[in-house]
Amino acid sequence: MKKVFSYFKNYKWQALLGPLFKLLEATFELLVPFIVGLIVDRGLGENIGGAYPNADIPFIVKMCLVLVAFALFGFLFSVIAQYFAARTATGVSADIRRDLFRKIQSLSYKDLDRLGSATMLTRMTSDVDKLQSGINLALRLFLRSPFIVFGAMLTAYFIDPDSIGIFAIAIVALAIVVYAVMLICMPLYKKTQGKLDEVTLSTRENLTGARVIRAFCREEEERAIFDKRNDALNKGRKFVGGIAAITNPLTYALVNGAIIALIWSSGLQVQLGDLSQGSVIALYNLMSQILIELIKLANLIVTVTKAAACGSRISSVLEMQPSLQVSEDGEKRDEPFIVYDRVCVRYNEGADEALRNISFTAERGDTVGVIGGTGSGKTTLVNLLPHFYDTSAGEVRIEGRSVNEKGMQTRLRERIGVVPQKAVLFKGTLRENLLWGKKDATDEELWNALALARADGFVREKGGLDIPVEQGGKNFSGGQKQRLTVARALVRNPEILILDDSSSALDYATDAELRAGVKTLDLTAFIVSQRASSVMHADKIVVLDEGEAVGVGTHEELMRDCSVYREIYFSQYEKEGA
Amino acid sequence: MKRKESPRKRGTLKRILRYVGRYPVALVSSVLLAVVTVAATLWIPVLFGDAIDCIVGAGKVDFDTLKTIFIKTACAALVAGVSQWLMSLCNNRISCNVVRDIRKDAFAKLGALPLQYIDTHSHGDTVSRVIADADQFSDGLLMGFTQFFTGLMTILGTIGFMLLTNWKIGLIVVVLTPLSVFVARFVATHTHKFFVEQTGTRGEQTAFVEEAIAGLKTTQAFAHEDENEETFDKINARLEKASLKATFYSSLTNPSTRFINNIVYAVVALVGAIDVANGTSVLGAAFTVGGLTKFLSYANQYTKPFNEISGVVTELKSAFTCAERIFELLDAEEESSDTGNADLGNAEGRVDLQSVYFSYTKERKLIENLSLSVPRGRRVAIVGRTGSGKTTLINLLMRFYDVTDGAVKIDGNDLREITRRSLRRNYGMVLQETWLKKGTVRENLCMGKPNATDEEIVQAAKAARAHGFIKRMEKGYDTELSEEGGGLSEGQKQLLCITRVMLCLPPMLILDEATSSIDTRTERKISEAFETLMQGRTTFIVAHRLSTIVNADTILVMENGSVVEQGAHEELLQRNGAYAQLYYAKG
Repeated sequence: MKKVFSYFKNYKWQALLGPLFKLLEATFELLVPFIVGLIVDRGLGENIGGAYPNADIPFIVKMCLVLVAFALFGFLFSVIAQYFAARTATGVSADIRRDLFRKIQSLSYKDLDRLGSATMLTRMTSDVDKLQSGINLALRLFLRSPFIVFGAMLTAYFIDPDSIGIFAIAIVALAIVVYAVMLICMPLYKKTQGKLDEVTLSTRENLTGARVIRAFCREEEERAIFDKRNDALNKGRKFVGGIAAITNPLTYALVNGAIIALIWSSGLQVQLGDLSQGSVIALYNLMSQILIELIKLANLIVTVTKAAACGSRISSVLEMQPSLQVSEDGEKRDEPFIVYDRVCVRYNEGADEALRNISFTAERGDTVGVIGGTGSGKTTLVNLLPHFYDTSAGEVRIEGRSVNEKGMQTRLRERIGVVPQKAVLFKGTLRENLLWGKKDATDEELWNALALARADGFVREKGGLDIPVEQGGKNFSGGQKQRLTVARALVRNPEILILDDSSSALDYATDAELRAGVKTLDLTAFIVSQRASSVMHADKIVVLDEGEAVGVGTHEELMRDCSVYREIYFSQYEKEGA
Repeated sequence: MKRKESPRKRGTLKRILRYVGRYPVALVSSVLLAVVTVAATLWIPVLFGDAIDCIVGAGKVDFDTLKTIFIKTACAALVAGVSQWLMSLCNNRISCNVVRDIRKDAFAKLGALPLQYIDTHSHGDTVSRVIADADQFSDGLLMGFTQFFTGLMTILGTIGFMLLTNWKIGLIVVVLTPLSVFVARFVATHTHKFFVEQTGTRGEQTAFVEEAIAGLKTTQAFAHEDENEETFDKINARLEKASLKATFYSSLTNPSTRFINNIVYAVVALVGAIDVANGTSVLGAAFTVGGLTKFLSYANQYTKPFNEISGVVTELKSAFTCAERIFELLDAEEESSDTGNADLGNAEGRVDLQSVYFSYTKERKLIENLSLSVPRGRRVAIVGRTGSGKTTLINLLMRFYDVTDGAVKIDGNDLREITRRSLRRNYGMVLQETWLKKGTVRENLCMGKPNATDEEIVQAAKAARAHGFIKRMEKGYDTELSEEGGGLSEGQKQLLCITRVMLCLPPMLILDEATSSIDTRTERKISEAFETLMQGRTTFIVAHRLSTIVNADTILVMENGSVVEQGAHEELLQRNGAYAQLYYAKG
């Protein structure tokens, strides 16, 4: 939560002025019972046999005009207060959304795999919304309520010092009730919010997996799962709601008890002539005001506890440290362009190593093929180069410097073009997508890249660079998407190009053309593939088997020395006849 | 738009009421309890007023009457408290259940929507309708219930009491307060558009964030964070502005109504005090200080529901907007109904396409006049350059989309005349884009056959060569997979998808690039299993790997939505056309 509070810094004036004006308004409200007391005691004068012979009508009128003036000022002040509260709430939550977005963008691959996107989405949307209305209400009412409560007690003290005991006891009892309910509800709200996450997950899964679910006729089972989660959420909410709902009736009973005690004890004093009837009325009104204020507060607490639960969920994301390790800049070594030096990778503590003791080098301009079975660690291997993952031992160096070094971070990813396994395009135009590679690329550069990626044909057919791309690139086929992602990586004219199984959705012909195109460029390429044909012409091939490099060398060398490579090769060439 | 608004609104209200009407017991209890609560709360100030009249001055305090009054008060407070709590429980129940029901319907709707809708609408926006909008709607509904009834009854009760005790003051109050209702309405109508703007911008932001999160790895790879942030900030700034307007203007209701009510309070004090001073007799008794106190607390109590009701009005406004968005989803056109359609039963697997026409959009034609006849048990390979319409063909076979013209038939039955479920149950499908749900490995594997035994599962997994890596996972078959199978490689996911199909053995198979992410060594190992699987089953294979294609009975070569060549491998090679070109390009 601390993290969330720090966002008020930019709005400290608004956040201060809002409650301040609210307090001014409250002050006028506190004075109202006082005035009413005056009207009864001084305006009406002494009660003689049920009549008021000494009534001072002009005084009564004057006092009522004062009440009107109070109303006017109260109105003005509260409008100002509302503005500042709204300004702070919307401003703070906009800032939080901004930083959340930045934080989420800065998370490492490992963090992303772990967190899951449904959670991130709810935190950015519904959590922040709830926080916003919580802040808004809190600024308007949260300070006002205690102020009125204690203000009423103070005013009561001036009217009748003896009443302070009853007021104090009532306030303490009320505070305990309110606090206890809050204490019980806080964790429960957090829990129900977690259940909401599950409902969100179900909803999302049924959109993204619509095809598979329908193909397996799983609609009804999915609906049953959703209903179960939905019911659990409902049950949780009803339970918390039931507990939270006890606040109002309990405070109501307490305050009325206090009023009974108050009138009784002031009755004793009036009997003795120590207190006037007007004062009793004032005291009674003050106690009622406390009640009204507390009911408001209790309603508010529900919203605020919800908001606080959301706030701490948001904080936990904001406080996440991206798990990537960054080291200080070290000495530059004199060695080949790219060096994998006894690299090990472990995804989680205690898990098996995904990569074990990998060492190889590559010179500038080399094409490095990485081949191996499913789950052998190929993707992990190349993802170390742009420092998407940390190594657990050993290091990867480019131009003699570790990729973990601070000075490498920003430049590193700009020099490397990555074509990921899963072709991802973004909503917008094709041009916008391609410009990801290089912001200021000219049309000529874009077309060149498209041509190299063998995507120029269908792009031209579809209408050129400004054709729309739907969300997730849905209006392109898998192969088209893959070629477009290749083009996107080529636009930036990278020093190092990583093709992570980027041709899996391409037919052999297109794949071959694409590789031929890349070969003409002056860059160091990493080609990850399961096809021997894709890597066999590489200058160096790394053969991975279950996380270990079982062979490093050229096609000929590996055919001679590496049984795994041979197996792979023959699995693809024997039948088809190379 | 404007003209259409009001009937649609009425429709929305009616639909909300229909949902609420499902809980008649809670609803009726809520109303009855509200009456009790209000009656008790209204009685208490009367009792306190009487109590104050008992303590006129020194030596004139009537303690005996005070005692009986206080016993009554305590009882009233107890009744009020208990009934209020029970009422809240009822209201809470109604609002929670209603939102659950709406979500349930919305989710069921997702299952009934055509894929066309899902493919063309932002998932983020749809999710936000089902989740965030439904939540806000429930909040609004709860507030409405808790405060609307009690508020209304308090107002009516107070007015009745005031008119009966002192009609003059009562009349003044009755005449003055509609002003505050008027002000509240004025504010509400003028803020509605800001709420619409806020909700719309929020939806836009959700859609953007969803996409950004889905493509985050790519974003990082391209160091494109700054540009994303720029776009995000722009939407965020707009949302902040819209939100400020909506929040501020709607929050004006409270101060305005309170202002009017404070004026009413002052007037009541003035007229009341003068009445007391003059000893005005009301209903035969003098108007006392206690009477004035009652009036003042009523004036206070009376203003509160007005404030609340106007607050509720704004809350209801935004709840309404949210409900409209959910209903919009609920009203989206559904897939043509399956009712009345026959159950296909266990199909033999004869597939016919008769002059099929299909296009996703009217502007761009895709498949034109495609005819094809596949006898039972045949293996059909579909090849062609990327984007030539192979996947579309599969969409039609599975009836994910309906043909624009012509017909697809299974065993002579037009697909549109049999139920989708019975059709799809006859298909086993492995797609290139693997999809796994959050849950254990076992749950994912059993999708097609929920009652599969452990033995069957292991056997299928072994055949698909997935058993090895599953066993190496932390908890084997009970390992929890994160959303969309994060943590597994594409190839591993594909092996799981293949196991899924191996487990249920339907009479027809669709393999759309089913092995694209699996290495050839493994593929070779599972090819045997695939062979047995395909034995006697009509199979459609989309593949790049020629090894899978060569053995097919028929190869369809597709180009731009139509089949340009059709025949067996050798035959097509001899023809030296499009197929031969694809085949020889491999090296």
